Amino acid sequence: MTFLADVARWFLDPASWQGSGGVPARVLEHLSLSVWPVALAAAIALPLGVTLGHRHRGAFFAISVANVGRALPSFAVLVVGVPVSIKLGLGLSYWPAFAALFLLAIPPMLTNAYTGVREVDPGTVESSRGMGFTEGQVLRKIEIPLALPVIITGIRVSAVQVVATATLAALIGGGGLGRYIIDGLATRDLVQVFAGALLVAVLSVITEGFFSLMERFFVSPGIGRRAEFADISQIPKGF
Amino acid sequence: MILAQTTEPFIRWNWVWSHLDMIWGRTVQHLALTGIALGVGFLISIVLSMIALRYRRTYAPITWVTGVLYSIPSLALFVMLIPLTGLSVTTAEIGLVSYTLLIFIRNIVAGIDGVPQEVREAALGMGYTRRRMLLEIELPIALPVVIAGIRIATVTTVGLVTITALIGLGGLGQLILDGLNRLFTTPLIVGSVLSVVLALLLDGVLVLVERALTPWARRKATIG
Repeated sequence: MTFLADVARWFLDPASWQGSGGVPARVLEHLSLSVWPVALAAAIALPLGVTLGHRHRGAFFAISVANVGRALPSFAVLVVGVPVSIKLGLGLSYWPAFAALFLLAIPPMLTNAYTGVREVDPGTVESSRGMGFTEGQVLRKIEIPLALPVIITGIRVSAVQVVATATLAALIGGGGLGRYIIDGLATRDLVQVFAGALLVAVLSVITEGFFSLMERFFVSPGIGRRAEFADISQIPKGF
Repeated sequence: MILAQTTEPFIRWNWVWSHLDMIWGRTVQHLALTGIALGVGFLISIVLSMIALRYRRTYAPITWVTGVLYSIPSLALFVMLIPLTGLSVTTAEIGLVSYTLLIFIRNIVAGIDGVPQEVREAALGMGYTRRRMLLEIELPIALPVVIAGIRIATVTTVGLVTITALIGLGGLGQLILDGLNRLFTTPLIVGSVLSVVLALLLDGVLVLVERALTPWARRKATIG
């Protein structure tokens, strides 16, 4: 119990909250490590998945991307990027982490966008065509709104996974909350390690909650069915 | 950290040839650490899944506890265990095993839950006992979902074994860490590429195993 008291003391200590190594600074670093890869992956995977789903094409492609993406250990991908990044003169830590997290974020979003749109009731799609909707209108007004719970679940799974895995960036000299764990390990400061792990967990939960709110906010209330709880255990843990 | 010399090639092949024994040894260690974690994790998960299936009320607490375990960053968990179990295989395996539990249990329970009720009734009508029904009816039908779980757990474990390099184990992770510490790209690339290959290879093997074990399945198990 004294250990937990030490952890509490660490959180209460004003020094833990100040400067470039303080909690707010580390949280911001962690978020900036996570947000951009997810945003770029979304900008690519969502339109692609939605288009393929609309055309009922590319099932093999979508499934293959998902399968290969699932089988890549994120730490290894992160590390492979290091020499490449150095060679290209991009520096040691940010770009390899960016590339690895970007790759990690794609599969859940691509598969969910694809299956979400593809599995919209064909009867509904046909009747909207019968009412004179153009293909673009079918996609924008019928398929995407109906698939939205599934699509947002994909974004949520990606985001949570990326936030948790961004911890590893510290291993290659990057910032973020992983620093507490790595630096704590280097100095045998278990209190700091525990505090770091706790912060990562809290940030993941907040991320999850944020996208649940997004879903509530953006999904039309007429669509009674909400996507089931995003099951993080259906993609490999990489962090 | 200092940037490596730009003249340094990505891979020094003569280093690779002269260290083949070591690389092989690390690969074997990697496989062994993975195998132990998956085996032990699967056994524990079968027991817990059976409990959860028999006593439905236990399912929520079981997934909650294993879910909390699952969400602990592996780096932190390994480090936190050092005071208790030292820099040992036990430390690594406690972490690796605990991460497989949620995946296995969810898939075993979901797989068996997915068995159609009519099939169960038909089996009961044919005089199957509960145990025989489980072994001969429910498990085979649940197999694609269970194997989907095994695939996820395998990829997870192969990836996380590399991180145990930080507590002195790591299999191929040792090569990666060594490369990072010396900023010597050859072992770094060899270690990470081999662990990616290992993950893809084992995943592929499991796909083949699933095909072989479920000749009746036309459609692949979809995961979600």
